Amino acid sequence: MRAELSDVLVVGAGPAGLSAAVAAADAGARVTVVDSGQQIGGQFWRHAVEQNSESQEQPDGRGHHNWGHFLNLRSRFNQHRAQKRIRFLPGQQVWMVERGPDQLFIAHCTPTQWQGQHGGTVLSAERLVLCTGGYDRQLPIPGWDLPGVMAAGGVQGYIKANGVLPGRQFVIAGTGPFLLSVAANIAAAGGKVKAVLEAKAVTDWLPHLVAASGVPGKALEGVEYASTFLRHRIPYKTRSVITNISNDVEAKTITWAKVDRAGALVPDSGGTYENIDIVGLGWGFTPLLELAVSLGVETRVDVDGSLVGIVDDRQESSVPGLYLAGEITGVGGATLAQVEGHAAGSAAGGGPGLSWGAKAQRRRHRRFARAMHTVHPIPERWQDWVRPDTLLCRCEEVTFAQAQEAREELGATDSRSLKSFARVGMGWCQGKVCGLAASCLSAGIGQDPDSESLSSVLKRPLAVPVPLTELAMLAPGEELTGLGSDSNDTTFEHLNSRLDASQE
Amino acid sequence: MTAANSPKVEFTFNGQPLQAKEGQSIAAGLMSNGILAWRLTRKSAQPRGVFCGIGVCFDCLVKVDGLTNQRACLIQITEGMDVVGETTDEGPAR
Repeated sequence: MRAELSDVLVVGAGPAGLSAAVAAADAGARVTVVDSGQQIGGQFWRHAVEQNSESQEQPDGRGHHNWGHFLNLRSRFNQHRAQKRIRFLPGQQVWMVERGPDQLFIAHCTPTQWQGQHGGTVLSAERLVLCTGGYDRQLPIPGWDLPGVMAAGGVQGYIKANGVLPGRQFVIAGTGPFLLSVAANIAAAGGKVKAVLEAKAVTDWLPHLVAASGVPGKALEGVEYASTFLRHRIPYKTRSVITNISNDVEAKTITWAKVDRAGALVPDSGGTYENIDIVGLGWGFTPLLELAVSLGVETRVDVDGSLVGIVDDRQESSVPGLYLAGEITGVGGATLAQVEGHAAGSAAGGGPGLSWGAKAQRRRHRRFARAMHTVHPIPERWQDWVRPDTLLCRCEEVTFAQAQEAREELGATDSRSLKSFARVGMGWCQGKVCGLAASCLSAGIGQDPDSESLSSVLKRPLAVPVPLTELAMLAPGEELTGLGSDSNDTTFEHLNSRLDASQE
Repeated sequence: MTAANSPKVEFTFNGQPLQAKEGQSIAAGLMSNGILAWRLTRKSAQPRGVFCGIGVCFDCLVKVDGLTNQRACLIQITEGMDVVGETTDEGPAR
């Protein structure tokens, strides 16, 4: 083995990945960190592009939570970079990870912004820490494919990255505490939030107060949101859902209705909001789990209905040497992600385990997350507010009626069959957006999709779309294997020489 | 938010000169100029712009400096960038 490979490869440079990289480097490991973005921060700490990522000058944290944590991690990260313990590769997306000789992890990357010629790289390491984060879950809503309808997380990311609002008048809808955060950010930036429509009832909270009070910071956040809402006079309507978004792109009419506990529409309820240019939708989060699934980690369905990876006390998955941290072990916010990242990075780097205090902190945050998610599951009767011509799969433009027909007449009772018979999930996003709804629809009304159906949406040899040129650059004789323990020496030498070349 | 006198970048969209603030994404540059859609879907030619905003949905695809299928939500505008989107018979995708 000629090339200098890393001890630890960290995928993702958000709260979990940053913490993991710093902890692994602190433990003395040689670390490579790859992220699809231009700089560290992930989604939670997404901020305006820094002209010089290694400068001492600190980026502006207005609108951010825990910015002090970020600045601390950034500083330590940069120190390790300067001392060559951490190598940071921004602007690259891992599209496949395979296993080489001696169980090395070999990660194939493609540029986030395609430059017209081969620009990908191959990274190899003895231990892999996946911190790929999460993204908004979606349910179809009539008119949700209109321009100006965005994911709630997309609205917030847009504001954080660009320092401007995507529009003037907003309606935020779906379920979960994150809607509050988005609305508060919009208001703080000078936007007008006409309403936040929460599908569940906040009084469902009461049985979970004990768990919630275990994390004092969250209580403070709650008070902060309440005062922001009062100050900006943002109506927060519970047991309310959008039933239609009308088609004047710049001046949308949002029709909304009340729902009962199961999500069924209450007749003659609700009203409209006029002149809305931006709608933000979100129904909780789900992890980006493709790479973990492709490597064979054991998964489970979390209390919020999302598929997550299973880890032990040291954040190690069922695959030895493969660690998971952050949203991909269960959505739980940035502080939990940092604690998990620290644990994973330290374990991967051969460092100490979590202190008793940190373990307690992790437990508290997980308990809080479980409590939050049990309050905000997907409403059972979501199909009530979908029309036959509402798109289920945005990429392939498959309507709800077409998907139902595939289920009823062709027997597509799981997401994989729905994909084969109706093309749901075959487009660019490969089911990232429609996967949850497709799994729920194919399972049937009132049935939760099982982990098989959810994970089949995630099983694909390419985690992100890759230009053919990148595939063509794979060495002759090299195969696209998931667990490629049959790779021979010749194949690995090709990888080594490409690694040397890419390290300049 | 950002200071009114922060540096600007000039770029073109379908040949039309536009201005954006330095560091903004192509999506932000277009939306700040009132353009909410720049792609037409394959089957029904329906207009699309930004949806997920974080690069996972691939709705916001646009041609940048001659290269297709770039995600507008992820790429920063650079000076002189040539951005091309799709139009309907009636004009630019709305």
